[in-house]
Amino acid sequence: MKLRAMAERVRVARWMPPGHVRTPAYLRGRVGEVERRLGTFPNPEQAAYGLPAEPRELVRVRFRAADIWGAEAERPDDLIEAEIYGHWLEPVAHQD
Amino acid sequence: MQDDDAKILPIPTRAEGRRWHDMGGEDAGPVELCEHDYALWEKRVDALMVICSSKGHFTVDGLRRALEDMGEEAFETMSYYERWVAAINQNLVEAGVYTLEELGRRMEEVRARGATYGEAAAPHEAAGDG
Amino acid sequence: MAHDAPFAHSGMSPSGHPYRPDNDEPLTYWQCMEIAMRELLIEKGVTTPEEIARQIEAMDARSPANGAALVARVWTDPAFRERVLADASDAAREMGFDIGPLRLIAVENTDEVHNVIVCTLCSCYPRNLLGLPPDWYKSRAYRSRVVREPRAVLREFGVELPEHVTIRVHDSTAEMRYIVIPRRPEGTEGMSEGELAALVTRDSMIGTGLPRRPE
Repeated sequence: MKLRAMAERVRVARWMPPGHVRTPAYLRGRVGEVERRLGTFPNPEQAAYGLPAEPRELVRVRFRAADIWGAEAERPDDLIEAEIYGHWLEPVAHQD
Repeated sequence: MQDDDAKILPIPTRAEGRRWHDMGGEDAGPVELCEHDYALWEKRVDALMVICSSKGHFTVDGLRRALEDMGEEAFETMSYYERWVAAINQNLVEAGVYTLEELGRRMEEVRARGATYGEAAAPHEAAGDG
Repeated sequence: MAHDAPFAHSGMSPSGHPYRPDNDEPLTYWQCMEIAMRELLIEKGVTTPEEIARQIEAMDARSPANGAALVARVWTDPAFRERVLADASDAAREMGFDIGPLRLIAVENTDEVHNVIVCTLCSCYPRNLLGLPPDWYKSRAYRSRVVREPRAVLREFGVELPEHVTIRVHDSTAEMRYIVIPRRPEGTEGMSEGELAALVTRDSMIGTGLPRRPE
């Protein structure tokens, strides 16, 4: 389960608006790679308030434990994967 | 990771807006390997959730929003389906399915029927009795 | 392990949980609200007593046995395994399970990877296939810790993984639900699909347990 060299890398926004969002705090500001794209779903940040919900892309993102917890990671190369809505993600340029 | 800018920022704290239900990574004690079967009233709450959301009276996100807004004290002091019935009610009232007046009157009637769940539900016991 | 008793075990409910007392406790405020809400919804034509009864029956019919049957078929049918990994919802429907709108992703354990499922934000669970989740799955301790220290949490469940195994924790944050396909135990060559399904525990499909070993 090695990270692929040319994987598409993304950073999760570190926004902290109050209210209903589906981006866990522990992943905000973290960099991971796109595991797969799931298509579009109604934006939960609008649906939660009974509003018409616009379609938003949903992406499964894979993070290394060390990229979330730093030196406190139980095992640096363990993986955490989560579904993140596209408007929370920005591309990260490859450094290698 | 070689990124200059990939320094590990601290996870946002509660003071920075992290909400109580957003628990991933927080400190907590050992996992208590407990479970219980669900009582009839709990199964009914679950059924009403599925039926009302499938008919468009609210969304799962509307339920989650209400559960989150009930706060941490509700999480610590109310059971799972107590929180759910409260969240379903919140969404049904907001959607205008019934009014608080109707609910208040009916709850008074229900309570007057008897001291136990079985007695209070009796006139409509056929309803959703599995 | 007491928390993962066989779901076919006598003394367990159809949904795989221990029974508990029901209707003769003092009426609580929230039970009173459930009765009042249900009556109002019926009177206003939103639902009917029959519809509620059918929904409860459908939920009671869902249990870890459904997932165990799917896992056993994955273990014995390579073409079905491919279909499960491509689209687990379609594969579950192909087996005849009524999973409603469930969007299911199957994640397969190998000798190098062990998968674990959680929902840190609430309590999302593949309920339309496996039935309702155990209480511990919804607990603060499990939701908080399994993303940060999965190995310590698994140890509390009695699962010790070899050093070389990578753990993949799947946080069910949005629309997908997950089922772990555990590794087929050694010494099960020649066993039937039904015999294999009896080895598949609920916790092994969440990732907090391993399948039983054959007697």
